[in-house]
Amino acid sequence: MEFLIVQTLSGISFAAILFLLASGLSLIFGVMNIVNIAHGSYYMLGGYIGISIFWKTGSFVLAILGAGLSIAIVGIGMQRFLLRRYFEHYPQVLMTMGFALIFRDLALLIWGGDPLSFPAPAFLQGSIHMGEIVFPVYRLFVIALSTAVAIGLWVFNEKTSFGASLRATVDDNEMARGVGINVPLVSALMFGLGAFLAAFGGVVAAPFFGVYAGADFEILPLAFVVVIVGGMGSLKGAAVGSILVGLVDNFGKALVPDLSYFTLFLPMAIVLAIKPTGLFGRK
Amino acid sequence: MITEFRVKISGIIAAFILLVILPPTLPSYWLTILTQMLIFGIMAMSLDVLMGYMGRPSFGHAAFFGVSAYAIAILSTRYQVGFLGCVATGFLLATAIAALYGLLVAHAAGVYFLMITLALGMVIWGLAFRWVTMTGGDNGIAGIPRPDLGIPISLDDPIVFYYVVLIVFVIVLFLLFIFIHSPFGQSLMGIRESESRMRILGYNTWLHKYLGYVVAGAFSGISGILWAYYNGFVSPMDAELTASFEVFLMVILGGPGTLIGPALGAGIIVFLKNFISAYTHRWLLIIGAIYILTILYAPGGVMELGIRFAKGGDKE
Amino acid sequence: MKKVFLFCAIVVLVIGIAAMPASSLAKGKGPIKIGFIGPMTGHAAQTGRDMFSGLQLFLIEQGWQVAGRKIKLISEDTEAKPAVALTKVRKLVEKDGVHVLIGGLMASTGYALMPYVDAKKIPAMYVIMASDDLTQRKRGKYMVRTGWSSSQPSHPFGVYAAKELGLRKVVTIGYDYAFGWEVVGGFQRTFEDAGGRIIQKLWTPVGTMDYGPFLGRISKDADAVFALFFGGGALQFVKQYKDYGLKDKMTLLGGGTTTDESVLPSMGDEAVGTITTLHYSGALDTPENKKFTKAFKEFAGKAASYYGEGPYTGGKWIIEAAKKIKGDVEDSEKFLNALKTLKLTGAPRGPYELDKFGNPVQNIYIRKVERVGGELQNTVIKTYPKVSQFWTYDVDWYLKQPLYARDYPPLKK
Repeated sequence: MEFLIVQTLSGISFAAILFLLASGLSLIFGVMNIVNIAHGSYYMLGGYIGISIFWKTGSFVLAILGAGLSIAIVGIGMQRFLLRRYFEHYPQVLMTMGFALIFRDLALLIWGGDPLSFPAPAFLQGSIHMGEIVFPVYRLFVIALSTAVAIGLWVFNEKTSFGASLRATVDDNEMARGVGINVPLVSALMFGLGAFLAAFGGVVAAPFFGVYAGADFEILPLAFVVVIVGGMGSLKGAAVGSILVGLVDNFGKALVPDLSYFTLFLPMAIVLAIKPTGLFGRK
Repeated sequence: MITEFRVKISGIIAAFILLVILPPTLPSYWLTILTQMLIFGIMAMSLDVLMGYMGRPSFGHAAFFGVSAYAIAILSTRYQVGFLGCVATGFLLATAIAALYGLLVAHAAGVYFLMITLALGMVIWGLAFRWVTMTGGDNGIAGIPRPDLGIPISLDDPIVFYYVVLIVFVIVLFLLFIFIHSPFGQSLMGIRESESRMRILGYNTWLHKYLGYVVAGAFSGISGILWAYYNGFVSPMDAELTASFEVFLMVILGGPGTLIGPALGAGIIVFLKNFISAYTHRWLLIIGAIYILTILYAPGGVMELGIRFAKGGDKE
Repeated sequence: MKKVFLFCAIVVLVIGIAAMPASSLAKGKGPIKIGFIGPMTGHAAQTGRDMFSGLQLFLIEQGWQVAGRKIKLISEDTEAKPAVALTKVRKLVEKDGVHVLIGGLMASTGYALMPYVDAKKIPAMYVIMASDDLTQRKRGKYMVRTGWSSSQPSHPFGVYAAKELGLRKVVTIGYDYAFGWEVVGGFQRTFEDAGGRIIQKLWTPVGTMDYGPFLGRISKDADAVFALFFGGGALQFVKQYKDYGLKDKMTLLGGGTTTDESVLPSMGDEAVGTITTLHYSGALDTPENKKFTKAFKEFAGKAASYYGEGPYTGGKWIIEAAKKIKGDVEDSEKFLNALKTLKLTGAPRGPYELDKFGNPVQNIYIRKVERVGGELQNTVIKTYPKVSQFWTYDVDWYLKQPLYARDYPPLKK
C-alpha cells in the first residue's frame, strides 16, 4: 500500500513537470502548427539560466521568473524573425534543429558540461512523514505549482478575451484576422508563453532532476508523447496525457525496469492507432 | 525544364566519374568516409521516398536501419549464420517491422505522422538498449566479420568493400528511380499533392501510403545491413533518435523529392561532421548554423541551389 | 554548363586538399604523435574534456618532448558513440599517422576498437574504459589498460564492508548495464564470501534522473545500500536518497563514480558519510597527488577527478615507455612491449604495474565523504595495496566463472 502511494505521488510529480513542457508544446503545435525541436532546449536553458540567477541572487522566485522571461524572449525572437516565414514543416524542423544544436553547444561553452545542482528553497526542503511513508516536500510543491499553472492557463484560455482571441486564431486563422484580431501578435505571444512554460519547467525541475547537458533531447520525446496522446492544441489533453505518461513511466520503471522505454512508447502507439488525433485532440 | 535535366544528368555523370575512377587513388581514411557517405546515401534516399515523394516526414527512420544491423550482428556473431542467411534475415526483418509499423502510421499525416514515427523509432531503440540478453545492451555487439562471398577477393580490403557498397548504391538508386516513375510512384506524388483528390479519383490511398512506407523501410534496412558490415559492430546509438534526426536532415539539406539530392545531403553531412570536428570541438555550433543558413538561403536544399546556380549561369 | 563543371572542379579540389595526408613531406623522424579520443560533445562532453585536460596537463609539464623528439597531440570527438569513435580512430591512424591512441570512455567503444587496433598494430591506451572482460576473456593484443577494471575496487570493498563495517544485509542498486553489473557483482562476490548477504538487487536504466520509483522499493531490512551511479544520476541519487528518508536509516556505500570529484563539488551535506571505493581519490594525501591536483585545478579550473588522473597517468606511461625504447615508437611491437612491461612510480594514484593480462595491479582506496575546510572530499580511510583484477582468487578458477552480469552472482535464497 505504501509502495503504491509513494509511486503514485512520484509519478504525478513527474507528470507535473511534463505538463509544463507539454502544455507549451501543445499550444505551439495547435496554434501555429510549428514543430519546435528546440523546445527541449528551452527547458534545459531555462534550468541553466535559473541556476545562474539563483547563484547571483539567492532567490528562487527570481530564478524562475528570470529564466522564464529570458527564454520567452528568445522564443519570440525565433518565432517572429525566423519561423514565421515558413509554413511547411521541413524548414521549421531544420531551423529549430539548427537552434537546438547551437543552444546545446552554447550551454556547454557557458556552463560546462558537469551536472549542476540546484537546492530547493529552504522551507521546501526535507520530507514529510505520513506514517511509514516518507516523501520529499519539494515534489508535493511541484504538483501544487503545476496544478496552479494548469488552472491559470485554463482560466486564461476560457475566461479572458485574450484567451478567446487565441481560440479564434487556432480555429480559423483567416476569420480571426477578418474580425480584427492581431494574429501575428497573438501567435508571437503564444510562442513566447510556450517557451516561458518550458523554461519554467526547467527551473522547477532542477532541484530534483538537476540541470545537465543532454536534458534537452531526453525530455523532448516524452513531451512529444504527452502531446500526441493528449491531443494537440488541447490543454486538457496535455494535463491528462502528462498524468498518464508520468504514471506509466514511473510504474513501468518500478515494476518492469528492463522494459522501461517499451512500456512508455508502445501504449502510446496503440492509443494513436485507435484515436489518431489523441484523446482530446480535434481533427 | 531542359536545363534542369541537363544539369542533373551532367551532375550524375561527374559524380560517377568521381565515385568510380577516383577511389582507388584515395588514402584509405577518405575511402572509408566515402563508403560511409554511400551507406547513409542509401538510407537518405529511402527516406526521400517517404518524405519527398509521399510527403510524409518521419522521425523514426533509423529504426529499420537498426533492426537489420542488429539482425546481422546477432546472427553472424552468435549463431554463425552465413552471409546469405544474415542478409536475407536482416532485410526481411526490417521489411516486417515496416509492415507492422505501417499499419499504425499509414493513416496519419503531418505533425502526427512525425510524432508517431518518432515514438515507434524509440521503441526499437529502447529494445536495443534494454533487451540485453539479445542485443548486448549498451555494450553493443562487436566482432562482426566481413561476409565471405565465396569469391577469391576479400571484403576486408577497404577498396573492395567500397565497390561492393557502390554497386548496392547504384542498384538501390536504379530501383528507387523506377519505383518513383512507375504509376504507383506517381500516385504517391499525387497523394502528396492532394490526398482528397486522389481518393475522389478512386485510388485506395491508405494502401498506397502503407506500401510506400514499407518500401521506404525495406530500403532503409539495406543500408543497415551495409552499416553492420562496414563497422564490424552495432550499438543502440545506431537506432537512436539523433540518428533518425540526422537522416531527416540529410534529406532536407539535399532537397526532398529529388532522390539524388538526399544522397548528396548524406554526403555533405558525413563530410562536414568529420571535416569540421578535426579543426574545432565547437563543430555542433557550426553545423547548427549551417542548417539555419540553408533554410534562409536555400530552402529547397542543395539540389535547388545547384539548379539555380546552373540556370543563373546559362542566362549569361 | 561551364558553371557546373567549374563547381565540380572546385569540389574535387577541396576534397583533394583535405585528403592530403598530414606529413608526407617531412624527411626523417617527425614528432611522436599521440591520438586522443573522447566524447567532446553530447551528454558526456565534460568528462571527455576533463580527460583531455589531464592528458594535456601532463604533456605541458613534459615540455612536449621526449627522447629528443617533439610530441604532437591530436584529439578527436567520439560524441560518445562507438561508430563515430571508430571513424575518428581510422582518421587518427590512417590520415594523421599516430603512433599511439589514448582515451575512450564508453565500454562499447572499448570493444568496438579492439579488432581495428589489433589489425593496424597501433597500441591503444585504455585509461578509463573499465569493462572487466577487456583484460579477461576478450583481451586484445594491442590494448594496454592502465586505468582499472570495473570490479577491481569492489572486491576489497566487499571484504571491508563485512569485516570492518560489520554489515550483514545490503541492498544493491545501480545502472542496468555491464559497468553497473560488474561493479556490483564484484562487491557481491566478496561481501558474501566474507559472510554478508545481498538481500536485494535493483537496476535502473542508464541515465535515470528520477529515482523515486526505485527508492520506494528498497527493502527496509537492509543495513546499508550499495549504489553505482555516475554523473548527473549520482548527484540526484544521493540527494533523493536523503529526501526519501533512507539516509537516516541505512549507510550509503557505493562504487567510486557515485561520489567522484566530477560531481562531488555539486553535492551538499547529503553526501557526507558516504563510503565508496576506487583506485584513486582526489584527496589522496601523497606529494605526487597533491602536486597533480593543484596543477589540474589551475589548468582546468576544477577539481581533479579520476577522469583527469587516468589520462594524465596514461600520458606519463606513454612517455616512460618511449624513453625506455629511446623514442623508437615506429617499431610498434617494441613500443607495445615497453608499454606492457613498464612499472610506474610517481603517478598521482600511487605505484603500479600491469599484470600479465594487461590490467593494473594497484592500490585500492576506501574513501569516505567528509567536509574538510568547507569543501567535500573523498577522504581515504583505508588502502588495499597491490590489488589485481582477480583479487585473491585463483586466476584459472576466476576465468572459468561467468562474467558478472545482471543476475550473476545470483541472489542467495
